Amino acid sequence: MLSYLLRRTAILIGSLVLAAVALFVLLRLLPGDPANALLPVGATPEQIEAARRELGTDASLPAQFLNWLHDVVTLDLGKSLISTLPVGPEITARLPVTVPLTLAAFVLAVLIAVPVGVLAAARAGRWYGPVLNAVAQLGIAVPAFWVGLLLITAFALRLRILPAGGFPPDGWADPGTAIESLVLPVVTVALVMSASLIRYVRSATLGVLGADYLRTARALGSSPAQAFWRHGLRNAAVPVIAVLAMELATTFLGAVVVESVFALPGLGSLLVRGISQHDYPVVQGVMLVSTATVLVVGFLGDLAQRLVDPRLRHPGAS
Amino acid sequence: MSKRLHLYIGLVLVLIVAGAVLVSYLWLPFAPDDTSGGRLAPPGGDHLLGTDKLGRDLLTQLLIGGRIALGTALGAVAVGGVLGLGAGLLAGFATRWLDDAAAVVLDILIAFPTLLLAMLIVAGTGASLGTAILAIGLAMAAIVARLVRVLVKQVLGRDYITAARVAGVSWPRIVLSHVLPNIAPVLLVNLALQAGLAVLAEASLSYLGLGTPPPNASWGRMLFEAQATVLTSPVAAIAPGLALVTLVIGMNLTADGLRLGVSDADR
Repeated sequence: MLSYLLRRTAILIGSLVLAAVALFVLLRLLPGDPANALLPVGATPEQIEAARRELGTDASLPAQFLNWLHDVVTLDLGKSLISTLPVGPEITARLPVTVPLTLAAFVLAVLIAVPVGVLAAARAGRWYGPVLNAVAQLGIAVPAFWVGLLLITAFALRLRILPAGGFPPDGWADPGTAIESLVLPVVTVALVMSASLIRYVRSATLGVLGADYLRTARALGSSPAQAFWRHGLRNAAVPVIAVLAMELATTFLGAVVVESVFALPGLGSLLVRGISQHDYPVVQGVMLVSTATVLVVGFLGDLAQRLVDPRLRHPGAS
Repeated sequence: MSKRLHLYIGLVLVLIVAGAVLVSYLWLPFAPDDTSGGRLAPPGGDHLLGTDKLGRDLLTQLLIGGRIALGTALGAVAVGGVLGLGAGLLAGFATRWLDDAAAVVLDILIAFPTLLLAMLIVAGTGASLGTAILAIGLAMAAIVARLVRVLVKQVLGRDYITAARVAGVSWPRIVLSHVLPNIAPVLLVNLALQAGLAVLAEASLSYLGLGTPPPNASWGRMLFEAQATVLTSPVAAIAPGLALVTLVIGMNLTADGLRLGVSDADR
């Protein structure tokens, strides 16, 4: 386990560095000088030169990269080209929206997907097993923003029981209002997320339902439910846990789009605004935080999978 | 449901959209920029689905959106398929350390989710349909390359490859007559699935204002525009969504049907 931990940590650090390089190179390779954002139309060459010096884009690419990496390591993500505010605090200020949205949607999606997925597999012979499966199949094809749009129409505009969007300007000072404004976004992301998760849970459950150890448990007198509860669930969990880490990343992405539907001031809307204004320090900062999160979550997912399944810890034994 | 049923329902749904798109090149109910119907006209009469807030015929917009959705799927699959196949083949044939490096690089590329990668590319080049297709295709290429690499490794371990080598068959010929035919079924299933994801990604980008720019109607942007007037003209907020779901579920079911067929053939 220790050697695996060390190797996996090395891969994590390597991928973080490579991701940083990729992010830097991609944004620099793209056409269009970031200095343009600072300049009025018809700027003189002197103004362009000054703007480049201010941004540091007059230095060589490796030098720019080292400067940037140094800044990143010291948690300085630069300043927005538009608002001139530092990017780091701007990102931190938006976490109280994006983090609760992502985590709540993720938990809700798991709470929906696990029972539905297990039922869809265990009751494949009854009428509702295939129906649950078909609903999940449909859910995968539905874009998150459309679900959000329909939910807004139903619950905010017609029934008027929940806000159509926005977030209280004083944040979590009044938890009631904050939670109220997150209900529809959370449900939107969770519904879309659970659709793909249901299919994973279903196929993982189908995989263990035919297993010999369940038959043995049944022969020893367990009811089908007992046998599955004691022996099947943990085995079915192994492939699902590997997927969960990926799904958490997807949930975060879903949140990025859904934040725009509900006009929530989170990381996603910051990213979208940064892109449409060509504000590359903002784009770079948000992308860096998101990519790092995705990589670390993947790392934790791999470790969790080994903790659940001892067979993976001792590959030689099996 | 049997695999045949998956495949047939999927193909029928895709063909409905493809047929509508073909018809749109021969005939459109109205010119795309014709605003003679008045703003937000209800469905019925000349305008089967009504008009949008600029007075353009919704059915016309919907058909043009179909061109964009189908074009995105074909374009992104072409970009992702060709680049991914090429990179995956190279990585699959690579020797020890080069292959390890390729695997790590692909893992990192995949850690960038498609939508983020697409946004990153749009960030530099500005929003356009071409950029969106290219960006989605590039993100897809990483996923396809990783799949192809694993598949190629599996095929290269088979005895018939050794036999072909012993018989003096050249590598390019082995790729053409042994590797490609053997990885094609699984690759095809994956590409069908990726096509649906590409359509969803383009719609999301367009909804966020980072995809197809106006005046071209993408289903994603139509939904964004319909959001403001959803109470007065609900059809505008429902029709493009239904069209999207029809196409994507059609592609998913086709992929499912093909996949079940492939695993049958393996048995």
